[in-house]
Amino acid sequence: MDPQLSLLLNGIVSGLLLGGLYAAAAAGLAIAFGMLDIVNIAHPALMVAGAFLVVVIGTTLGLDPLLVSLLIAPLFYLVGVGIYTFYHHFFERRGEEALQGLAFFFGVMFIVEVGLVMAFGPEQRFLDPDYAFITWRLGEIDLPLRMLVPAVLAMAVVGLLILWLRRSFTGLAIAAVAQDAEALRLMAVDPVKIKRLAFGISVALAAMAGGALVVVQPVEPSSGQIFIGRVFAICIMGGMASLPGMVTAALLFGVVENVTATFYGPSWSPAVAFGWLLLVLAFRPQGLFGKAA
Amino acid sequence: MSATTIPVTAETAGPRNLAFWGGAIGIGVALVVILRLIGNDYGYFAGYFVLQYVVLASAWNILGGYAGYVNFGAAGFMAAGAYTAVALRKATGLDLIPGIVAAAFVSGLLGLGTGYLTLRLRGVFFSIATLCLAVVLQTLIVNWDYVGGSRGAYIVNPLEIPPFASWGEYMFIVMLVLAILTVGIARAVEHSRIGRGLQAIRDNERAAEAVGVPTLRLKLIATTLCGALMGVAGAPLPYYSGYLNPDAAFSLSYAVNAIAMPLIGGAGTWAGPVIGAVLLGTLQQAATVTISSALNLWIVGWMLVIFVALAPRGIMGWFRKRR
Repeated sequence: MDPQLSLLLNGIVSGLLLGGLYAAAAAGLAIAFGMLDIVNIAHPALMVAGAFLVVVIGTTLGLDPLLVSLLIAPLFYLVGVGIYTFYHHFFERRGEEALQGLAFFFGVMFIVEVGLVMAFGPEQRFLDPDYAFITWRLGEIDLPLRMLVPAVLAMAVVGLLILWLRRSFTGLAIAAVAQDAEALRLMAVDPVKIKRLAFGISVALAAMAGGALVVVQPVEPSSGQIFIGRVFAICIMGGMASLPGMVTAALLFGVVENVTATFYGPSWSPAVAFGWLLLVLAFRPQGLFGKAA
Repeated sequence: MSATTIPVTAETAGPRNLAFWGGAIGIGVALVVILRLIGNDYGYFAGYFVLQYVVLASAWNILGGYAGYVNFGAAGFMAAGAYTAVALRKATGLDLIPGIVAAAFVSGLLGLGTGYLTLRLRGVFFSIATLCLAVVLQTLIVNWDYVGGSRGAYIVNPLEIPPFASWGEYMFIVMLVLAILTVGIARAVEHSRIGRGLQAIRDNERAAEAVGVPTLRLKLIATTLCGALMGVAGAPLPYYSGYLNPDAAFSLSYAVNAIAMPLIGGAGTWAGPVIGAVLLGTLQQAATVTISSALNLWIVGWMLVIFVALAPRGIMGWFRKRR
């Protein structure tokens, strides 16, 4: 095969795998930002905190990072419940989520990130499972398990989440709270309780994404910064409240970013994230697949 | 948070303005005299450190405090200013003062551009865009070899600069003048039609639009002004430290302080950011000497969270309530 073409093909395939990681990182935000209208800019920082916890626990107990991330998810659920309770009490209830609420999440992000620096130092941490060094080959195309396994896990979790949101009463209530909290109250469901539960799940998903992140790359306290642009761009491109839209946007994003990195060098890929975000905000704020409001 | 300011009537506006400018210049002169009497270069650098935050916090307040639009990209705008000064010096040899003017221009344009693309949407999209702006500008600077890339750029400062006692004093006085001008501009905006329009946007944007406030135009004016002043705060940075690299220019501490200082001091009033900047800036300068810099940034983060939760109107709010 033409080497240029093979390079492009590999770029697309590993971009799709990278998109799987992005979907994991954006899944929680799609719930918090897309459905609950809570602009949790601390989400990537919480993901990185999850990644650090995974590294520490995984190294001590000799467990697989992805397994550990699923084990710590309940803990992060509780953290999310705590954050939401605080946020609701001080900001949402008073109707001050716009300025003060944003500043609050910015503060949380900052506290998490600087806290990680103080606890672990600014160095990179890693925890490589055994399969991270295996690469499957399909003809010209490389499928590194380091990328494939987290992507598959992410897809499985997001798939389960979509099913749950569509089939269960609570899931439907979460989707409903975004559209009309008052109507939900009339159905004898407490919207605050639903939001608390959903926000907890969203932060638990951040822990899962942290596990996936550890498998893919070494983490450092500031790893979250670069993800802010990505995950928000993906959520907005995906049309905010739609998880399938989010997954599609994440895969597309991974491909574009990876092909850029392949042909122009990896140091340019953050610019892709922002460029996309700005273009989407300027021309299609309803998302790539959404209908105009 | 409708902390409406008492409209200044025509009769009292003149003397009040005179009192403000007289007071500001008086404090400025007093500071210079005191620091000269102390005669320690560290005093100038600490003073500069605090004053740059007065500029940054007041700039943030014009958009964030009056209009309620949160700009997370203070570090980005500031670094844009700093690197404009570096690039200008390298290209033309022009030094500090032209650098500040150019920085205001470049960062102002950056603010206008970001605002133009995102301000028609809900405020949160603008905030997210500014958050990413810093990351992307950093990418561009790291890849831009002309201004040193990731290695950074050096600026060799002259040892003496008459009639000033030292380079440190010169930098301090430049920043002092910039700070007084910025606070003056912020105060003028607050009492002008622009400021009232921005406050109307903050309280209820739809209602403001409905009664004929040109919301988009006012927001664009505020974003441009905010960006330009942040650039001004950054322009002297390479001259202050003699060396500038992307990590220092895009430091998280600028982003967090630019938000924490106005909110802790009292957003939406011209004095709030000044109080916040002097308080937090002095605290941090003292804390950096005694405890680690990471810990002291951590404390700023906690203060921000605690203040926005418990004292949404900041320190200025306490005085208002007592009256």
